[in-house]
Parts: sequence; structure tokens; C-alpha cells
Amino acid sequence: MSIDAMPAPAALKRPRRRVNWGLITTYVIVILVTLTMLAPFIWMISASLKLDRDVFAFPIQWIPENPRWENFVEIWTKIPLGLFVMNTFQLTIIVTILQLLTSSFAAYAFAKLRFPYRNALFLAYIATIAMPWQVYMVPQFVMMRGFGLTNTLTALVCLQAFTAFGVFLMRQFYMSIPDELCEAARIDGMSEYGIWWRIMLPLSMPAISTLTIFTFVTTWNDFLGPLIYLTKTEVKTIQIGIRMFISQYTQEYGLIMAASVVSLIPVLIVFLALQRFFVEGIASTGLKG
Amino acid sequence: MAGISLRKLRKTFGTLTVVHDIDLEIADKEFIILVGPSGCGKSTTLRMIAGLEDISSGDLVIGDTIVNDVPPKNRDIAMVFQNYALYPHMTVYKNMAFGLELRHSPREIIDKKVNEAAEILDIAHLLNRRPKALSGGQRQRVALGRAMVRSPAVFLLDEPLSNLDAKLRTAMRAEITKLHRKLDATFIYVTHDQVEAMTMADRIVVMKDGHIHQVDTPQALYDRPVNMFVAGFIGAPQMNFFPVAVARGGTSVRFGDRELPLPARLSEALPPGSADRACMLGLRPEHFHERLPVDVDPAMTAEMDMEVELAEPMGAELHLNGVLGGETVIARVSPRCQARAGDRITLIADLSSAHLFDKKTEAAFGN
Repeated sequence: MSIDAMPAPAALKRPRRRVNWGLITTYVIVILVTLTMLAPFIWMISASLKLDRDVFAFPIQWIPENPRWENFVEIWTKIPLGLFVMNTFQLTIIVTILQLLTSSFAAYAFAKLRFPYRNALFLAYIATIAMPWQVYMVPQFVMMRGFGLTNTLTALVCLQAFTAFGVFLMRQFYMSIPDELCEAARIDGMSEYGIWWRIMLPLSMPAISTLTIFTFVTTWNDFLGPLIYLTKTEVKTIQIGIRMFISQYTQEYGLIMAASVVSLIPVLIVFLALQRFFVEGIASTGLKG
Repeated sequence: MAGISLRKLRKTFGTLTVVHDIDLEIADKEFIILVGPSGCGKSTTLRMIAGLEDISSGDLVIGDTIVNDVPPKNRDIAMVFQNYALYPHMTVYKNMAFGLELRHSPREIIDKKVNEAAEILDIAHLLNRRPKALSGGQRQRVALGRAMVRSPAVFLLDEPLSNLDAKLRTAMRAEITKLHRKLDATFIYVTHDQVEAMTMADRIVVMKDGHIHQVDTPQALYDRPVNMFVAGFIGAPQMNFFPVAVARGGTSVRFGDRELPLPARLSEALPPGSADRACMLGLRPEHFHERLPVDVDPAMTAEMDMEVELAEPMGAELHLNGVLGGETVIARVSPRCQARAGDRITLIADLSSAHLFDKKTEAAFGN
């Protein structure tokens, strides 16, 4: 049949668009959950601009009438916050770099090399994730004291440089990289170290970003570790340093909140910078966000 | 000089043996193809030659050196993988140059070799692209180019065409054959596609269950298969088999209630005392005709009725699928044949080209 001979199409009926109540309900729930999550942050920022006595005033005054910007100046003078920030940076950066190195290195072996008892060893290592830190916190402290490492950042670096979770995360990602790439590289003449450095690392940016965010945020926000190991003011991190605003008789909540806002900034920067890879990483490592 | 000898080569994974003590001599500059169904050990054999799998026992000799413990990079080989294995984060140029860079070749030599290979493979305009921006066929060429620039003595190709569409596969088959002639190197090629094997190889190695069944030129494999497996595997559509019993002192066979004549080369090959021996008669699809061909001795033919179940027109020929004497068969006849599904047609079987196999051992007589 030629095109000319085809019958003209009948006028098409467009069905009436119906209100999608399911979608509306989903949006309402999502907006409510978002507000619930954001409220404490907004409250913290609001409180950081208030006098101590106004912090807990009810009803909550979300936008202070006379914002106390001085809070953000006082926090640097009342306690050595600059030193604490430096300490925290030092600790976080060293731990993050070491964790990335050790995790991706071990993960490469577990994912791409063949050696006896590989899977048993991996399972045993991964099983340590299930052990709560509180269980071995004290013996670990005793051990570190034995090494003379209490009141040093080195103690925390030693404890946090290795993580079963990081190895697990990186290994799962490496498993998704075809073995043939490593084999092609071996035939091309590369050593295993070379393959790890020049093939696996560049290809695992999403996983590395994910691990960087996890490690950075965890180490930066760590409270219990520094609380146990660091008692001298010179080595304190920001999270336990802020506690110096709380004394026996007074709690300077305005300043605490101002310092908390400051301590949040690096975490936000790291997260925003790596967020694009992070989302990709969460998807590709099969982790739920 | 890059002849390769596999001497009693064996590969075991735990208690499972996947390659059983195979012996194979591959001549320098030969194009040899390992072919067989999935799990026959062909890829494992190739990977042992590449050095990507440890050899459980036996020796692998390249040139005049036993290379069992020599790492892949020192074996003077290059490999093309089934999924190409191009480095996704590098450009085509970098992918091709990478092996030479690792060997600290001078920059100008690398440049020259990469450009030469790119010209030959017609990928010169793609050198700055990343692999993800290439089509399957282009990736395949880059993978070949990466192997070429190294100028290895031996090329190992592991099902390199299996991810391409049918048309491109045919084109690349010809390209690889030409490349072999141009490069003057030993090619060892693994495939499960017997058409690839037939069209490209100097010699074909047919493998099954970790054993080599036959090593020969493509035509010899087709004409003189040593057993039923090789006979059935080589050739498309595959050979038809009929259960028969030896009769009349080996000059004919019984098929159902009929007697079919056997050519002299088969009756002479039957061992003494073969009366009533259960055998399988093999006839290739092209040995069925609608009318007697002029060059065939009428005494060596038999008329057989076939119930057609499916007629597949291929253009140049017609494939008739159906039942003949209770056996499922495929006959390749002229496209002008009018038979269609449901018809009953009389075909003339040319028994002068028949094959005869022992039913128990499946070994061929007279080859």
C-alpha cells in the first residue's frame, strides 16, 4: 500500500490528566523529613548568634533580633581554638591519607591477586567490623600507654590508619573492574605495584572519594577517641576542645554553637567537593546511602 | 624464531583437571586456532601460554626456552582479550603506547610505531579519543593495535571477535588474516566459532573436555575427522549421523530395513570380524541431492525419503530440516527446490563421501 492510499488518522483522544495523589504524598513526606533533618542545623546556626540566656528561649526565635557576631570572635580568644583546628586538620589529613593507602592496597590484593586462604583471611578481617570498639577500647588504651603514646596524635593515627570497612569498600569496587585490565597490564610489563598505582587507583575515583568523605568526616568528628587519648590542651582536637566552654558552673552555649558551626565548615567543603563522585561511589559499590 | 611446544601440559584447579596433558607443536609464524565448545580448556591453554595461569605440570617451550616460570612480560607475547581490556582512563594513543613506554622505548620510536599501527588499522583519526567514545569494532582495532606496536613474536587472541556483530565479524576476520600475513608472526587464536576457525587458520586444534581431539588443516579436518565429535563440530550445518550395522562383509551397512552401499575406502578400513558391528554413518548436508549429480557413481547412492519440517532459504542454497528414516537430518539443496514444511521429498544420498564411526568409541574408520 502506498503512502497516499493510507487512511487519514482518526482524531486522537487525549485522556484527562488525573491528580497523582501518590506523588503528592511522597513529596510531602520527603519535605517533612528534610525539614526534620535540617532543623537542628538551623537551630545551631541561630543559637551561635545568641547570648547564652537566649539560646533555650521558647518559643524558638529562629532569627535573633540582635545577632551576636562577637561570638565568632570570642571563640578564638577564650580557648586556643586555632591550635585545636590545626591539631584536628593534622590528625584528619594524616589518617585519611593513610587509610586510603592501606585500604586500597589491601583491597587490591584481596580483589585481584591469588594467594592461599585469601577469602578466609578477608572474611576474618571483615568480621572485625562486627566487633564494637567499646569491647577492645580499654585493652587498646593499655597497649598504647605501654608504647608511651598517650597524649600524642600518633596514638590516634596508629589506631585509625587501618580499617576493615575501607578495605571492604575498596575491594567491592575493585571487583567490578575486569580482571582482564590487570592481565593486559601484566602482559604490557607492569608490576603489581604499577598496576595498583597506574590502573586501579585512577579507575577507582568514586570509591576513593567515598572513602575520603567517610574517613574525613569520621575522624574530624571523632569525640571518643581524642577524649580517651588526649588530655593535654596542646594536643586536643576541636571536638574535645569545644568542651572547654563547659565548666563546672557555666555552659557558654552561644560560643559552643559558634565553634560547632566553624568546625562544620571543612566537613562541608570536603563533602561538596567530592559529592559528585560520592554519589557515583555509593551507587557503584552497592552501598545504600 | 618463535615456535611453541606444549609438552604434556596440564592445568588443575583443586581437584578439577581442565587441561589434560596436551601435546602440541606450533610452528614459527603459523596461524593456529584452538576451537571447541565452552569449557573445553582452550582459553585456559591460551592463558597458560600467556603466563596468566600457572602450569600445573608439563613444559611450555617458546623458541628453545622452557618458559613455565617466566613472567608474561618476558615471553615476547601480546594478547588481545575478548572484552578488549583497553585502559578506560587513557586515550587510544596512550593505550597503544603504554607497553612500549613501560619498556622505556625512545619517544620517537613509540610515536612511529603507534602511528604506523594506527594507519594499518585505520584508526589514526581516533588516537586522541578515550575507549568509551569508540564503537565495538574500533575498540577491537585499538586492542589489535596495542598488540601490534609491541612487535611480539607471538600474538595470542582470545575470542577477539565474539562481541562484534555478524557483518563486522566477517570483515574483521579478513583483516586479521591479512594482518597475520603482514606481521609475519605466530598467531594463536581461540574461538568457539568453527567458521572463524575454518576461514582463518593454517591449522585448527579441536579440543573437548581438556583433551585435543585433532590437529590438522581446516580442509583435512572437514574431509577426514578422526571421530564423531570433530565430525559434528566442524562444518555448518553439522554432519548428519545414522545408526547402522555393518553388513555383507563390510561392503554395505544396514540402516533400518534398508541396505546402503559403503565405498571401498571405508569397507577396507573395517577391521576383520566387523560383521554386525554397530556404527554411525556420517553424511554431510551437501551430500544429499534432489537429482543424481553427473560426477557421482550411481552405485554409491541411495534414494531416501525425507519428511520436511522446516525449509530455511539461505539465498544461495536451501536448508531442509526434517526426519529421514527416524533420524533428524539437515540437507543442503539447490534454492530452486520447491519442498516446503510438511512435504515429503525423495533425496539422493551420495555415499561415496560418507564417513563411518564406531558407535562405542566414536572413532572414525578409514581416516
